Amino acid sequence: MLVAVLALGALVPIAYVVQAAVAMGWGELATLVLRPKVGELLINTVLLVMIGVPASAVLGVGGAWLVERTALPCRRAIAVALAAPLAIPAFVSSYGWASAVPSISGLWGGLLVAVTAYFPLVYLPALAAIRGLDPALEESARSLGMGSWAVFVRVVLPQLRLAILGGGLIVALHLLAEYGAFAFLRFDTFTTAIVVAYQATFAGPNAAALGLVLLLLCLALLTADSLARGHARYARVGGGSPHPPARLPLGRLAPLAVFGTGCLIAASTVVPLASVVRWLFRADTADIGGLASATAQTLVLSLAAAACAIAVALPFAWLSVRYPGRLSRLLEGAAYLASSLPAIIVALALVATTLAFAPTLYQTAFTVIMAYVVIFLPRALVPLRAGLAQVPESLEEAARSLGVAPLAARLRVTVPLLLPAVCAGGALVALGAANELTATLLLAPTGTRTVATSFWSAASSLDYPTAAPYAIVLVLLSCPAVALMFAHATGRSLR
Amino acid sequence: MPSRLRHALLAPVALTALLLAGCSAGNSGAGEGPTPDGSLVVYNAQHEELTKEWAEAFTEETGIEVVLRNGDDSELGNQLVQEGTASKADVFLTENSPAMSLVEQAGLFAPVDEATLAVVPEQYRPASGDWTGIAARSTVVVYNPELISAAELPTSLLDLAKPEWKGRWGAAPGKADFQAVVSAVVETQGEDRAREWLEGMAQNATEYRNNIVTMKAVNAGEVPVGVIFHYYWYRDQDAAADDSGVTKLHYFGNQDPGAFVSVSGGGVLKNAPHADEAQQFLAFVVGKQGQQILGEGYSFEYPVASDVSAKSELPPLDGLNAPVIDPSTLNGPKVIELMTEAGLL
Repeated sequence: MLVAVLALGALVPIAYVVQAAVAMGWGELATLVLRPKVGELLINTVLLVMIGVPASAVLGVGGAWLVERTALPCRRAIAVALAAPLAIPAFVSSYGWASAVPSISGLWGGLLVAVTAYFPLVYLPALAAIRGLDPALEESARSLGMGSWAVFVRVVLPQLRLAILGGGLIVALHLLAEYGAFAFLRFDTFTTAIVVAYQATFAGPNAAALGLVLLLLCLALLTADSLARGHARYARVGGGSPHPPARLPLGRLAPLAVFGTGCLIAASTVVPLASVVRWLFRADTADIGGLASATAQTLVLSLAAAACAIAVALPFAWLSVRYPGRLSRLLEGAAYLASSLPAIIVALALVATTLAFAPTLYQTAFTVIMAYVVIFLPRALVPLRAGLAQVPESLEEAARSLGVAPLAARLRVTVPLLLPAVCAGGALVALGAANELTATLLLAPTGTRTVATSFWSAASSLDYPTAAPYAIVLVLLSCPAVALMFAHATGRSLR
Repeated sequence: MPSRLRHALLAPVALTALLLAGCSAGNSGAGEGPTPDGSLVVYNAQHEELTKEWAEAFTEETGIEVVLRNGDDSELGNQLVQEGTASKADVFLTENSPAMSLVEQAGLFAPVDEATLAVVPEQYRPASGDWTGIAARSTVVVYNPELISAAELPTSLLDLAKPEWKGRWGAAPGKADFQAVVSAVVETQGEDRAREWLEGMAQNATEYRNNIVTMKAVNAGEVPVGVIFHYYWYRDQDAAADDSGVTKLHYFGNQDPGAFVSVSGGGVLKNAPHADEAQQFLAFVVGKQGQQILGEGYSFEYPVASDVSAKSELPPLDGLNAPVIDPSTLNGPKVIELMTEAGLL
């Protein structure tokens, strides 16, 4: 019951867009949707995804393969450096690029910044998948006469398919939802156009109509992804323990490989960070109070979001681990679907819904936190599910057979064992919320300033020095999450 | 539902309820503080730095705390209309008047105190007395002399829709400032000619995010000409001139729509929870001290009330030969509609 209610809550954004479209009627909707501007946005957005996703996949898989399977010099450092862009929010990276090279703009500028910011979302799963491969398969292929390239394409790539698809989908969803990075670069997508429409009319019909198209694009992506996954299975019998793979010597190509990864690292990390640091030296130190208060407000909001997300994710995880079935899969699917929606749609929906049905919640921290929970729920759900699956139910039963009351058994046995998963999930939600820009801009209560919104207001008026300290704080806030993700992908423990 | 399952679910429910209660309590209570009860809530579409200066000086004088909700003119104007009587806003300040008319037509303003209106000359406020002008700004052309000579500049804003200006000028159609300029075109030329002009603009103009970015692009030589408001240029010149160093300004004058002087507005909401304090705040803004903050501070906008004069670098406001327009007649929603139709929004 409760889970169903929560799942329905997660679907509020879709309900809002559909309801607004129906309320507009076909005539008004058609004039707002079927116009040249929307066609232009559609072309921009589709090109962005069609070029950005394959480019991220090539860079991500290529990087992971070089680091894991070749004798690339300095590969340990490069392995970390290729994950580092995740610690720089795309809108900060874009600010770095735009202030260093002001002429960067349009589709290619957007692609440069977005791909270098998001390719690690493919790189990390690819890295994890490559590490999990048994080199025996590749050796068999080789012994049957395949060359290195043929082995990579016909043996390695098929086994990475799910990792690439999963990472690619996340990149695509990020590209659809990104606002800040593209606004700096004069590149218009549906998300940036919705923000402009919001500034011109508040939650008006134009914003909702553009939101409808964006929603459809997002659903099309999710459908394409589930079709592409297919039903192919790669199974093997009796894996045993694989021996470490032989690394491919790069020979004369080594300098080229180092140069290539070097360029990627420069574009994704060095240029943006150098630019931020350069402005930092020109920053006014008097603003330290503003920075401290923004950081404090950000911490309060994001910790509250983490706690609420864990509280919401627990019943979902419990249901899907302890009572698996069609219903629990459906409810979990609803949560994932809602979090795939661009933050701008979630925010618009919450503005309109709270204003119409719950005016007391409108413009309160509650609504912002609710948006964070909807957007970041999977970050809490995934570790909680995994954690819960590792806690045998029999432990609880044993405690009860020794006379402990059911609820007490749960609190004293299961909860402590879940704690690491709760912390990891909570940390990921908190860090996501701390860097969130789009929904925060629309929903923050009167007087609230987060690090991200303060950065945005300074950087938008091209006050680069004032924005720099906020940019650094955003990067620092992201580092722990990236360390967690990197440790998870490489199977290392942080402890 | 099996009792085991119910128990499994109860704990998280209780936890959620507790947390949510905690969150909302934290929000409404004075402890956390962004909106402590009793603070005056200002929906602020004016430059945040300026309103902050006003608010701080006002708090110092009266002891009344002020919190700002920042946004764009039409965003906050439409928000006030949608919030209606449920709004928590006390005061609304804008950069341009169309958003003020929008709220006025929705009947959401309380009449401004007579004494406040008395210090503002009639041409800077609507006859209704539902709101008042608090500042003024002039439309200008910023140009890059390396790319275009003064003799080649357009003689009217309307020229910029002609084919020869394709790709040669820039503006920020997504922002309320430029939308106010368009409202002057609609008001002086009529709807049909304005529609034609906007179609020409959609063909010709490079679209930037805001006035500063437009000015910077002209300075960097991306486009020869930009249409912006005057004070961005003077402000940048007064600082390091990073974004305007090589550029110059051109005033259309001649009562051209491009010489439009936009009036920034301030009003008190009818349902203001702190109506008296709100009237006090508005009186402060148009009073001597408020106008001096505007006229002497970093802003470079024109003061309009209490006989405070503008910065000496600025050309006198009454010498700009602006078109004569009653600020309350400017039609924001019509402008948005026409610009959406032209594909500029």
